[in-house]
Amino acid sequence: MKKVHYIISGFLGLILMVTSCNTGGDKSNGALASSAAEKVYVAPGEHDEFYAFISGGFSGQLSVYGLPSGRLFKVIPVFSQDAEKAWGYNEETKPMLNTSYGFIPWDDSHHPDISQTNGEVDGRYIFINGNNTPRIAKIDLSVFETTEIIEIPNSAGNHSSAFVTENTEYVVAGTRFSVPIPQRDISIKEYKGNFKGTLSFISVDPEDGGMDLSFQVLMPGFDYDLAHPGRGASHGWMFFSSYNSEEASTLMEVNASQNDKDFIAAINWKKAEEYIASGQFETMPANYAHNVYSDETHTATSTMKKEVRVLDASKLDGLAYLLPTPKSPHGCDVDPTGEYIVGNGKLSADLTVHSFTKMLEAIENENYEGEAYGIPILNFEDVLAGTVNQAGLGPLHTEFDDKGNGYTTFFISSEVVKWKVGTWEVLDRAPCYYSVGHLMIPGGNSRKPYGKYVVAMNKITKDRYLPTGPEVTQSAQLYDISGDKMELLLDFPTIGEPHYAAGIAADIVKERSRKIFDLRENKHEYATTSDANVKVERNGKEVHVYMTMIRSHFNPDNIEGIKVGDKVYFHVTNLEQDYDVPHGISMIGANTSELLIMPGQTETFVWEPKQVGVWPFYCTDFCSALHQEMQGYVRVSPANSPLDLTWSLGED
Amino acid sequence: MKIKSNYLMWAAALLPLLLFIFPLWKITLEAPQYPTPLGMYIHINDFTDANPHDIKNINLMNHYVGMKYIPEAIPEFKIFPAGIIITTLIGLFIAFKANYKWYLYWGILMIILSAAGLYDFYLWEHDYGHDLDPKAIMKFTNPDGSVMGFQPPLFGSKDILNFTAHSYPQPGAYSLGAGIALAFVAYFFGKKEKS
Repeated sequence: MKKVHYIISGFLGLILMVTSCNTGGDKSNGALASSAAEKVYVAPGEHDEFYAFISGGFSGQLSVYGLPSGRLFKVIPVFSQDAEKAWGYNEETKPMLNTSYGFIPWDDSHHPDISQTNGEVDGRYIFINGNNTPRIAKIDLSVFETTEIIEIPNSAGNHSSAFVTENTEYVVAGTRFSVPIPQRDISIKEYKGNFKGTLSFISVDPEDGGMDLSFQVLMPGFDYDLAHPGRGASHGWMFFSSYNSEEASTLMEVNASQNDKDFIAAINWKKAEEYIASGQFETMPANYAHNVYSDETHTATSTMKKEVRVLDASKLDGLAYLLPTPKSPHGCDVDPTGEYIVGNGKLSADLTVHSFTKMLEAIENENYEGEAYGIPILNFEDVLAGTVNQAGLGPLHTEFDDKGNGYTTFFISSEVVKWKVGTWEVLDRAPCYYSVGHLMIPGGNSRKPYGKYVVAMNKITKDRYLPTGPEVTQSAQLYDISGDKMELLLDFPTIGEPHYAAGIAADIVKERSRKIFDLRENKHEYATTSDANVKVERNGKEVHVYMTMIRSHFNPDNIEGIKVGDKVYFHVTNLEQDYDVPHGISMIGANTSELLIMPGQTETFVWEPKQVGVWPFYCTDFCSALHQEMQGYVRVSPANSPLDLTWSLGED
Repeated sequence: MKIKSNYLMWAAALLPLLLFIFPLWKITLEAPQYPTPLGMYIHINDFTDANPHDIKNINLMNHYVGMKYIPEAIPEFKIFPAGIIITTLIGLFIAFKANYKWYLYWGILMIILSAAGLYDFYLWEHDYGHDLDPKAIMKFTNPDGSVMGFQPPLFGSKDILNFTAHSYPQPGAYSLGAGIALAFVAYFFGKKEKS
């Protein structure tokens, strides 16, 4: 059948070529386009081959797409309030957005990275950084919900983050903006020597995935931009790109771009573990939030942590080395073998590749060019593996396929360039529309990339889509990289401004995806797991409604005895145990969002009635044929009313 | 090799005990909204979910048309197991002591009892499908104006509104059937041995 198909399309191609002779070869693009369409077509009811988790940038969230279709499935709320899902609005999730600065409704989410086992993505968790108020979030991929957020002290602009080591021993968080450590009231002009950077290592519990800020490495006051872990032989090392080795603090675009070379900082975290074990750390007072959400209590708790262990790289031998790298490198990428460390010097036309083996030799021989604040600087020539010459303008980020090729984005020349690892020759280039930032190959940050597609994330779209006023959509572009030449298959719009993405074979994740929460395992403090336990309780001016919902009613749906000035907590449990039957609830005039409650889950919203009367509430998620009937009333009496609380369902 | 008929009768009498392990029957409900169909296993002493929470979800569906909830327990759950144990004991006693002709009588007894069980099942299904709440949310009538019933088939498949209901025996029922068949085989072997 397939053969027949090819013969027919070959025949059609011939006809097209013959008929288009006098108009030039233009029509053959049409034939190409139709094959691109076939490559991204996922038939109705079929599943995509890959999940793509694309960061939301200034939206603060993480969006979930299918590849190759480019279809959007979900926007997972992470750092920003989401009224649709009551994230940061309901009583259960408000603690997730707590920080040492109090409740913060927004952040800038940049770099997602999937947990790994033995250097391969395992699909258990995905980590992402909050850039503005330094934080790392963990999303549990069995529920596609943010279940943990840890704040990073002594950091500002948490940019070189959230990259994962090959057995998810650590997630790293390096500071982009160096700051006085500890914070104090000094002149900005005293930057040099007084401002420091920290590189934080957050350990991940192998059993329950719990995060803990294990230690911070204190570094010179550069700007630490991006990072990637060593793997294979280089496992145990983490590489951070940096700029502003000038230690400038004003007119940075000029003053931080003066040095011919900045550094990639190589951190030996196995060595750091030794220093921690032998007690050679300083315990610094700190104040940072650790927020954990439980899928059993369906509730988050926020704990303030008060100290952090700090290792000073200037004083501890063998902890950190600086690899000179031309022109303010942005991406710092490690190939699947772990041998090559790519510095994407963003103000350069070349791509610098360092060798891990050579780096170890240089360290062994103590061949240092100098030092910065006591940290050895290696000789550029000693560690250089090769240069991809004149590959394009403004290299930002490199990913790798499974055939020994690198793919680098060039922001200024707006293209993806394919090059050969080892020979450093350019093999192919494909234009991006426009100004590509980062790119992603599923499994890209691992020993085993799936070299089938690359997703380029562009910073500018201009005329690529229907215009939507001054603000237009951000865009991703999908390329087929299975052949010698890259082929553009698809443009698709993205949420917010994506900075990075992570991809994984769908089969690894989808089997683990939960369908419901078991009602019997619901340990929410205010859960009502059977209609027998429905009640309304008054405690002074506080009223707690223990409510249930199931197709297609609330229990209770008539409540009387509420008074003006009360603070009414609706603790609502969804009694459904069927896949894809959430219910919502919203109360007229409640100064908060709706609740959207999954089967077996309990959530709480607060309503402070201000006017006497009878006020309705209703189900906000079209749940069933009787959805429109899923509604109820609350009678609100004057503050001095003697009326006692009563509640009912189905009583005439 | 010679097969001794009383050994066959031993096996015939023991086979129905598998009903304590395997379900007797299964009812499956298919609908477009249920890519994984809803299903219920009927054991001789229990109703169980084909997939977690299926019975709860069947009840939720059925309440729209006023059908009663599938009960947690029915009297049959006590009667059927007792019946199986007693007839097995009788069967074993026959295999041990009695004349081969009794194999035939035991087989016939089991057929009668199984038929009675099926009839009982039919009655329950009929009641379940027809004794509807007068305040039912949705009321459907047949083309002749009578109230539509929602009785699942005793055996086979049937369309009921948006659902297709399937009702088929399970390994427990096959074990019972095999036991009865084996009793007849034993009877014939017994007859041969005599002649």
